Amino acid sequence: MHTKTVAELMVDLREKKISSRELTQCYLDRINAHDSKLNSFITVLTEAALAAATCADKLRAQGKAQPLTGIPIAQKDLFCTKGIKTSCASKMLDNFISPYDATVVRRCNEAGMVLLGKTNMDEFAMGSSNENSFYGPTFNPWQIECVPGGSSGGSAAAVAGRLVPLATGTDTGGSIRQPAAFTGVTGLKPTYGSVSRYGLVAFASSLDQGGPMTQTAEDAAIMMNVLAGFDPLDSTSIDREYGDFTQDLNKSLKGLKIGIPDEYFAEGLDPAVATLIQAAMKEYEKMGATLVPVHLPNNALALPAYYIIAPAECSSNLARYDGVRYGHRCADPKDLTDMYCRSRSEGFGAEVKRRIMVGTYVLSAGHYEALYGKARRVRRLIQEDFITAFQSADVILGPTTPNVAFKKGEKVNDPVSMYLSDIYTVGVNLAGLPALSIPAGFVKGLPVGMQLVGNYFSENKLLNVAHQYQCVTDWHKRVPNF
Amino acid sequence: MEWEVVIGLEVHTQLATKTKLFEGSATAYGAAPNTQAGLLTLAMPGVLPVLNKEAVRMAVKFGLGVGAQINYTSVFERKNYFYPDLPKGYQISQFVTPIVGCGHLDVTLEEGITKRVGITRAHLEEDAGKSLHEDFQGMSGIDLNRAGIPLLEIVSEPDLRSAKEAVAYLKVLHALVRYLEISDGNMQEGSFRCDVNVSVRPKGSEEFGTRTETKNVNSFRFVEKAIHYEVARQIALIESGGTVVQETRLYDADRDETRSMRGKEEANDYRYFPDPDLLPVVIDKDFVAAIQKTLPELPVQKRERFKSAYGLAEYDASVLSAYRELGDYFEEVVSLSSASAKICANWVMVELGAVLNKLNADITQSPITAKQLAGLMQRIHDDTVSGKMAKTVFEAMVAGEGDADAIIAARGLRQVTDTAAIEKWVEDVLAANPAQVAEYRSGKDRVFGFFVGQVMKISKGQANPQQLNEVLLQKLKG
Repeated sequence: MHTKTVAELMVDLREKKISSRELTQCYLDRINAHDSKLNSFITVLTEAALAAATCADKLRAQGKAQPLTGIPIAQKDLFCTKGIKTSCASKMLDNFISPYDATVVRRCNEAGMVLLGKTNMDEFAMGSSNENSFYGPTFNPWQIECVPGGSSGGSAAAVAGRLVPLATGTDTGGSIRQPAAFTGVTGLKPTYGSVSRYGLVAFASSLDQGGPMTQTAEDAAIMMNVLAGFDPLDSTSIDREYGDFTQDLNKSLKGLKIGIPDEYFAEGLDPAVATLIQAAMKEYEKMGATLVPVHLPNNALALPAYYIIAPAECSSNLARYDGVRYGHRCADPKDLTDMYCRSRSEGFGAEVKRRIMVGTYVLSAGHYEALYGKARRVRRLIQEDFITAFQSADVILGPTTPNVAFKKGEKVNDPVSMYLSDIYTVGVNLAGLPALSIPAGFVKGLPVGMQLVGNYFSENKLLNVAHQYQCVTDWHKRVPNF
Repeated sequence: MEWEVVIGLEVHTQLATKTKLFEGSATAYGAAPNTQAGLLTLAMPGVLPVLNKEAVRMAVKFGLGVGAQINYTSVFERKNYFYPDLPKGYQISQFVTPIVGCGHLDVTLEEGITKRVGITRAHLEEDAGKSLHEDFQGMSGIDLNRAGIPLLEIVSEPDLRSAKEAVAYLKVLHALVRYLEISDGNMQEGSFRCDVNVSVRPKGSEEFGTRTETKNVNSFRFVEKAIHYEVARQIALIESGGTVVQETRLYDADRDETRSMRGKEEANDYRYFPDPDLLPVVIDKDFVAAIQKTLPELPVQKRERFKSAYGLAEYDASVLSAYRELGDYFEEVVSLSSASAKICANWVMVELGAVLNKLNADITQSPITAKQLAGLMQRIHDDTVSGKMAKTVFEAMVAGEGDADAIIAARGLRQVTDTAAIEKWVEDVLAANPAQVAEYRSGKDRVFGFFVGQVMKISKGQANPQQLNEVLLQKLKG
């Protein structure tokens, strides 16, 4: 049962082949049995989940069920959940019980979904390996000594290990797609502004976007019907008709133009990964798509621009964790400055501190123009590159990451090499575009992710292109033994 | 050496919106601590700001009221610094692109000269909370009710040249925000606060001296005193060979002095950058035009109308137009009586003004209604009472003895205008004082006043003074 997709489980529930309570119990049992190996959950809500499942079953019996009623889900611990610990994997918020639900959480609850728990992550979503968690690292179910990627590594590992049928993630520079690639799941980062950020604890506001992490593109489409929508509580939310994300899944790919940017196949890409992506390209050609070369000439600037803009926003967004109103406060502060300094020194981990310092520096008088101002101009250039590329291509295809998952501890002391695993993903966030990662094969037993990038609000097309690939391949159906 | 004083003012006025600048928490003054602090005010993780449209409307209204350029695109930025009453660790403010650009305010000084003071800009920002340092056993309490209330910061050009001018400007500005109904202007409650930038330079010099900024001076009187103190301090410093340091100072009203708060070296680097949680504020011509239609008659327009419609002098017109309620009161008195506007203006400004001053009240708290005063004006106009009697009636009205007619009747203050009666009194007085009559007729006309006094005495003050003068002159001529 645990290997079924959300689409399949919806049918089983509808046809009463199984109850939500049974389903929920099944996943709770799996978490109990296996999560000690993965450490993918920070909080497991056994009783609340079973209660919600019972409630879902009642609704179904009364004929009041919605499509997703009774489906278990896990939320990344960056989303605020009312009455439930919302730690952001930080010591700073280890004691924080959110007084409200994030819009994403509220929408899932209103859809009748059952919240199983909160997943592990890199602290405040800063990291690419899930090693920056106050609750210890998450492990990759394909090879336990490897990282699952980050920052949504807990969600990715939990879905890959089939401890939950699907989960939410957030993506600021690749934090949904990179762990999806490392763990062999499907991860969609939607167009900036289509999923509300209200209640998503901010890392870098102009880049953060929540999205689904699922087994298949079809499940991602189903989940997008719940997640996407205008939210008056988020000023960057876009007010438009979002429609049904599943409606184009089965469209033919004949005549589809797939842009292949040479910048995504340049030096640094593992040749074994490249081979698999090229094989996927051939599959698409077989389905009637044509490959066209496109250029993203400023892609090399994406990473440096990202590592100025994201820390700048982070340094300001994390100023509220000062020990005054909630969160960690140091013991016996001497005075105000002492309280600030020690609360923050004790409460934040090394990577968070690194980014706060970098961000504070790039915004400071005398550096602002040369660093932050310039990075904003580069961001515009990167956006223009994509817009130009989409004049000749419907979607852009490439590897999600240059390499497969690396070993735990391998890059902890080399942040720049860690940052390089986001080299194909950060540009998409800077431009605010939608993109997804789907499994495209294995290198030495570890999954390889293929990234598809679309134009603004072209999620339906991306999901269509991904789904068609999953109709002719079975990489996404492989389940790790761990 | 002669010194010239250069003053620029930054006024923070709380906008009279029902809710905060970026969330739905209430803004009423005086609530129990932290009862008006929602999730955003508390800076809970993940909460986002949503702009209050009413605050934008009020800012634009102000801009139109000072003839300013309205910026169709303005940007909210974050001003980053740590303080316990600043829950997010940054204040959302406007920096590079404020909503209101260059404008001006015409200020009538006491000498009757009108001075045009430049307004550099006005921008929207959030107010901070309050730190309370007493009654917490050595700890500090934080009240966040005020945090996030919309402020309009109005920055003047350094066009003011004396404390008097600064106060005159502030009073006009204060009246304007109340005219526009964008702020209650309550200074005790902190709705209208002022930072004072002061520098001095040798008279005739083009270059500005180094300025100091004195923060949060919260009454017109304190502004005047703080400027006087600061000017004297700076001049004494320079004349004794020192230099003024650019710094932030604090006015201590109890000791009537300013003190250094922090120097330029200790100044915060606020790391302003555009708030990524908010999009640029884009407004269009229709939005502005709709606000233009709601503009009331402004003080300057009212002043001009008072001059042309009522023939008032510049000074009288500007005093009466300075406060909306005062102008309304004056016009009601004029409309309810046949007396000339000039006489009504005098009574409102001089007699009523003195009473209000004594009571430390404004026109809305006047013990006499406009209708009551109009009743008295009517009796002056139709010669029922003399000017002197009118003052007695007025005092009785202030004391709460009722309307003018009732007081006149009760006290028998009716003026006698019957010529025959006045002639009789005059004749009696002249007959009783032959020596003085002879004196007058020999050329000593100073005794004229003596006769007036005598007639007033026997008429119990009721003789119409003008008629009495005429009759007396005639009879003395003999």
